[in-house]
Amino acid sequence: MADHSRPKRATIAHESNGRTPDAPISPSDLPPPASGIPTPDASFAAPSPDDLTIAGRTLRSRLLLGTGGFPSLELMAEAIAASGSELVTVALRRVAVGESQSGGSLIDVLADADVQLLPNTAGARTARDAVLTARLAREAFATDWIKLEVIGDEDTLLPDAPELLRAAEELVDEGFVVLPYTTDDPVLARRLVDVGCSAVMPLGSPIGSGMGIRNPYNIALIREAVSVPVVLDAGVGTASDATLAMELGCDAVMAASAISRAEDPVRMARAMRNAVEAGRLAHGAGRIPRRHYARASTSDEGLPEF
Amino acid sequence: MILNGEPVGGFAGETVAAVLVRLGLHTDARGVAVAVDGEVLPRSRWETFALPEDARVEVLTAMQGG
Repeated sequence: MADHSRPKRATIAHESNGRTPDAPISPSDLPPPASGIPTPDASFAAPSPDDLTIAGRTLRSRLLLGTGGFPSLELMAEAIAASGSELVTVALRRVAVGESQSGGSLIDVLADADVQLLPNTAGARTARDAVLTARLAREAFATDWIKLEVIGDEDTLLPDAPELLRAAEELVDEGFVVLPYTTDDPVLARRLVDVGCSAVMPLGSPIGSGMGIRNPYNIALIREAVSVPVVLDAGVGTASDATLAMELGCDAVMAASAISRAEDPVRMARAMRNAVEAGRLAHGAGRIPRRHYARASTSDEGLPEF
Repeated sequence: MILNGEPVGGFAGETVAAVLVRLGLHTDARGVAVAVDGEVLPRSRWETFALPEDARVEVLTAMQGG
C-alpha cells in the first residue's frame, strides 16, 4: 500500500505546537517514502518533522492509548500494536491480600509491546491523593511522567479544577512531567501551563461516554491559548471524533474505552490510528472555507449552448 | 497493622520486603509501590524498614487503566 501521507507532513511541522513557524523545508527534511507500518529500524531514525514532542521526548505516533477496559491482555497487546501508539496509560491499584498475584503480567506485556508508560492518578479525588499517587507511580514505574487526574464528580467524572491546579503545581515543583486531564476551559488550560504542565489533556466529553467533542470551539480556543501540546482526552467514541480533534488543531488524541470496549478493539485501534493521521493531515492541508451557497468546481468557460 | 485496608496480624517488626514476599510479590517487581502511613516508602528501604505494629500499609501494583 502506497502511503502518501508521510512526505507531506513536513509542511505542517510543529505549527500547532506553538513553536516557531518553520524554516524552509529542504528535500532532505522529507521522510523517505515509506509503507504505513514503520519497520523496527525506522523507529530509531532521526526525528521526522511531524513527530510529537512532549517535554523533550519525541513520539512518532499522535495517538495515546489507555489500557483500561480490554477484555484480555492479549487483545490489549494486539490493539496497541494496531494503534501504533508509543505512550500508554497505566493505573496503580491495591494488590489483593491473600490472592495469588498476576499483576506482573501487565507490566510484562507492556514491556514486550515496547511502549512508554504514562501512569495516571485515576481514582484521586483530592490534590493530596493525586500527589501521593503520582509519587507512588514514580516509584513503581521509574518515570517522572504523570497523567494527572483529580475527579470532582462521581456521575460525570469531571475534573475538580482547584484541586487539579493545586496538584499540578506541587507535582511540577517535585520535578514531575505533568499532563493534566482537564476540562475544556481555555482559562484553566492556561493556568495549568502557567504552573508548568508539559501538555494539557482537555476532555471532549465525559470519560467513557463516547459523546465525542461537545464543544469544538473551546478545544480550538485551548489550542490557541497554550504553547504546549494539546491532547484531546476522554469522550472519543469513534474514529471521526479523533479526526475532528486533530482538525481542530490538537496535537494528539488519547483513546481508551473507544478502543478497548469496541466490539473489535483491534480493528478500532487501526481505525483510530488512521483517523488521527487523517485529521492531522487535513489540519495542515488547509481546508476550504464553509460557504452558504454552492461554488461550482467545473468552470463555465467553454460551456456549450444548446 | 492495616494492609491494603484489611487488619492483618503477624507482620509487626517485619520488613516491607518480607511482607511483599508473603503477598506473593518479588521485591524487585516492576510496577509495585509501597506507602506506609500515607508516605511513599522508597524501594531502597524495602529491605531494611521494619514495620511498626500500628502501621497502615498500602501495597500497590500496575493495573489496566485509562
